Amino acid sequence: MNYEQIMSERAQAISPSPIRRFFDLAETMENVISLGVGEPDFRTPWPIRSAAITTLERQSIFYGANSGLLQLREEISHYMKRKYRLDYCPENELLVTIGGSEAVDLTFRTLLNPGDEVLITEPCFVCYAPLVSMADGVPVSLPTKEENQFRLTPEELKAAITPKTKLLMLSYPNNPTGAIMTREDYEKLAEVLRGTDIMVLSDEIYSELTYGTKHVSIAELDGMRERTIVVNGFSKAFAMTGWRLGWMAAPPEIIAQARKIHQYAIMCAPMISQRAAVEALRHCDADTAHMAEEYDHRRRFLLERFAEMGLPCFPAQGAFYLFPSIEPTGMDSETFCEKLLEEERVAVVPGSAFGESGKNNIRISYAYSLKHLTEAANRMERFLRNHKK
Amino acid sequence: MKELITLLKQNARLSNAELAAMLGRTEETVAAQIAELEQTGVIRGYSVIVDEELADRDTVSAYIELKITPQPDCGFDELARILSSFEEIESVTLMSGGYDLGITITGNGLRDIATFVAQRLATLDGVLSTRTHFVLKRYKEKGILIQDEPDDERGVAF
Repeated sequence: MNYEQIMSERAQAISPSPIRRFFDLAETMENVISLGVGEPDFRTPWPIRSAAITTLERQSIFYGANSGLLQLREEISHYMKRKYRLDYCPENELLVTIGGSEAVDLTFRTLLNPGDEVLITEPCFVCYAPLVSMADGVPVSLPTKEENQFRLTPEELKAAITPKTKLLMLSYPNNPTGAIMTREDYEKLAEVLRGTDIMVLSDEIYSELTYGTKHVSIAELDGMRERTIVVNGFSKAFAMTGWRLGWMAAPPEIIAQARKIHQYAIMCAPMISQRAAVEALRHCDADTAHMAEEYDHRRRFLLERFAEMGLPCFPAQGAFYLFPSIEPTGMDSETFCEKLLEEERVAVVPGSAFGESGKNNIRISYAYSLKHLTEAANRMERFLRNHKK
Repeated sequence: MKELITLLKQNARLSNAELAAMLGRTEETVAAQIAELEQTGVIRGYSVIVDEELADRDTVSAYIELKITPQPDCGFDELARILSSFEEIESVTLMSGGYDLGITITGNGLRDIATFVAQRLATLDGVLSTRTHFVLKRYKEKGILIQDEPDDERGVAF
């Protein structure tokens, strides 16, 4: 068989995740200490696990409603109201998905016509551009700058808009920079967007993890709800990554179209996870707050260590990443990461994996114990000393 | 203060500078707060969690339930104070339920503990009965695991 000829050109055109290659190399080495993973180190809070066990013991696991368990959608609706002053109707404005990722993919597939441009604020999570391409859209990078705290400015947005712009992709709190956007920042973007037909996809998966400030959703702002698709999920807030559960919230017309695709491709999100997630939203606020407090301690700890070792680092206020600049070393991020791995056996992710605008940075995850972080920071300090210019 | 105590409970060896960074305070503030906690007696001391099995295989620990006669003036306090003064005894707590005082004791071998119970504990005035439970294995103490940490099973993610 000539597979290259028979396979989809679009699929073949997508490049594999740039992070994978790097970590395959790390796996061949011994005594490697990683600051690479993008998921919580906490275990899923016990009440959630217990609810899953009870579900297995007492209930049959049938297919459920395409939109997701109604009880769960009701809880999601309450949650969005009490946390973010957002009002979504459980019946027709919410769709429970397999993680936030499916919701992102669904949004692209629901909104995009061939040639539609999607403005993607970068640096960002690696999946957006490939998924846009798979949905026949055209991904357009919208680099943000460290001097603007990696926030998108209205000037940058205005300059990037063309008649083909269909969608603006925002992801705050941001992976990999840890940047957040304030209500004032969003208000300036909203001024540009109101009165246009440009939609917004806001990936708010890290919304529970902000430090010293409360998360704001762009959908809260006047006139924005009707043009925004909010994506969120259970992975980061409740340490439920492997449970694969997220949701999208949007006007009913959009949910109706997205639900068709979801129905044919997925049927419904996993029912065990959905029943457990009801418990998460009802009873686990304290667990979430506790995890956020610990992340905050680690964040401050690392920022201080980086300052001491002379590694300039943007003071991130969200997610569980730091994005220090390695510019003073004179190395690009790929070289820096390879050398750091070879010489000190510390695995971090090159910033270039998250877009061209991250090429002078590295992504550090602090979803690790303090002991682990201390050892990694010690090794990095030694590395920087050896490579002082 | 609560956050500071939580951090110290997890690891009392964090330096003031590290604590200050984690809490977003100055080193001086942290030093002053710890001094205050020590002076007011909120912090009574600092200790270490040892895996006795690795440190010394002969060490044996026991948990002993004691039923005692309360004294007219001071209830259980007097006897609890006497017990606290024994060096072998690691902890003394007044309990609700089926017995009065719970103590933990560590010694070199079963014989040590048996002797202690028979000769020093049971003979104390006011001690009605004792019930000794030997510790077979410890898994966790004061929030610290006495076992190897599980491997990080997380794969590469983004």
